[in-house]
Amino acid sequence: MTFEPADRVDQVPPSGIRKFFELAEEMDDIISLGVGEPDFSTPWSAREAAIASLEQGKTSYTANRGKRELRERIADDVRERYDLDYDPDEEVLVTTGASEGVDLAFRSLLNPGDKVAVAQPCYVSYVPGVTFAGGEVIDVPTRAADDFKLTVDVLEDSGAAEADALVMCYPNNPTGATMTGEELEPIAEFAREHDLLVFSDEIYSELSYEHDHTSIATLPGMRERTVVFNGFSKAYAMTGLRLGYALAPADAITPMNRVHQYTMLSAPTTPQYAAMEALDNCEDDLKEMREQYDRRRQFVLSRFEEMGIDCFPAKGAFYAFPECPWDDADEFAEALLEAKAVAVVPGSAFGVGGDDHLRVSYATGLSELKEAMDRIEAFLDEQ
Amino acid sequence: MSNRGDVLAVLRDNARFTNEDIARQTGLSEAEVEEIVDDLEAEGVVKGYTAIVDWDAVEDDDEPIRATVELNVTLDRETSYTDIADRIAKFPEVRSLRLISGDYDFDMLVEGDSMSEVSHFISDKIAPIPEITQTVTHYIMESYKEQGIEFGDGPDDDRLSISP
Repeated sequence: MTFEPADRVDQVPPSGIRKFFELAEEMDDIISLGVGEPDFSTPWSAREAAIASLEQGKTSYTANRGKRELRERIADDVRERYDLDYDPDEEVLVTTGASEGVDLAFRSLLNPGDKVAVAQPCYVSYVPGVTFAGGEVIDVPTRAADDFKLTVDVLEDSGAAEADALVMCYPNNPTGATMTGEELEPIAEFAREHDLLVFSDEIYSELSYEHDHTSIATLPGMRERTVVFNGFSKAYAMTGLRLGYALAPADAITPMNRVHQYTMLSAPTTPQYAAMEALDNCEDDLKEMREQYDRRRQFVLSRFEEMGIDCFPAKGAFYAFPECPWDDADEFAEALLEAKAVAVVPGSAFGVGGDDHLRVSYATGLSELKEAMDRIEAFLDEQ
Repeated sequence: MSNRGDVLAVLRDNARFTNEDIARQTGLSEAEVEEIVDDLEAEGVVKGYTAIVDWDAVEDDDEPIRATVELNVTLDRETSYTDIADRIAKFPEVRSLRLISGDYDFDMLVEGDSMSEVSHFISDKIAPIPEITQTVTHYIMESYKEQGIEFGDGPDDDRLSISP
């Protein structure tokens, strides 16, 4: 007997980002525009609340679903911000990052062979997550021509009508695309018509710069078929604290919690204190971070325009997704890294549809961003 | 936020940004930014630009001696806070002057080359002003944060260079 990966693991290739990460790690003094997390630290008052909880010895497990006070605050917060209405006892589950929530939903709500349409390019975990859960992925490549918004056209073209569920994420990583309520309506109609569950990752909901975020779960007939994932990582710069939550009717949260209680028991306790403080008192920090991101966004988009690089006006998250000036985005990213020590991530790392694009993260201070853009410009001039 | 508000916010973050860079961040044209900055200066909204210096990091030892001074004053019919403040603020040694609520009236920051220079300034120039009834001088030992900017190295960016 030797160790061999199980089949369902073996069929999932290692993350496409990995190879690039290893290249970047070998180099000194790179400016990385390849980072998928905020450059800000968690607001100090949230960190202090976490420290205080440790000083008071609050280090035991919490309820499986998360501390009730936290679930209440989450329910209040999403009601106020997004008009989402969930019962903190039955319909809110605190998870170890939004990623755990996504995995729980797949594992507890999909049967082997279920077909899951995944709107792409997208965060790297959805496709493997569906596969690990025994589901079959239907690739739904969004189009540059639609500014990477999900449309009924691409859903129909990719055969999503046959699917049992749809996975989507707006504001989007890696493209920075957002969708307004109006643009979500036909998607909701499609989901109702073809009776799809919707897994909606809304982790970047607070980082929408040109319009208010609308959750697809607020559209008619959608609450009962949607699981919403959100968390504290992006809005409150808490990525390493690993805290997210899932919102859904009890029919979904109950089985998700069954898997969660046996595999995770509860989300980590310390971050739950930080999260309560974040919801209570960190609105100003959130606003300040959002303003900073927005300025950087406009800066990056202006610079790409000046360089003649085609880039749609990304309106959310902290990514721009320009078309790669070369045919081969992988090659371009490697050459740029070697020549100018600037790291961007080729779009191919995020599934289908983003092949000839680059993900450029602006979760980096403006002075570095400015330098990186100057280097990209110089690199293009030298070619 | 208004265009003026946007430009002001960027300048308050970093007044060294060129008009071109401010334009790129705000979606305004360079000409619009230039006009707004000119207006802000002309209207006296923006009073000036200065560097925030961590003197501990300056190699040669020309760190100024600084003191915050509590000033108590008495007013009469002919003399207002503003009248007194105008007189005090004229001294170049006075780096900032604020009227505050609480136990004393003015909070004054004084800068000089030595402790004796600062003490003499207060005893010779400030204390004798007729309206001043009391001065309490606190010498500044160490500065940790000025104008919203923390001194010290700050945490390194220890994020992974590439992450999903």
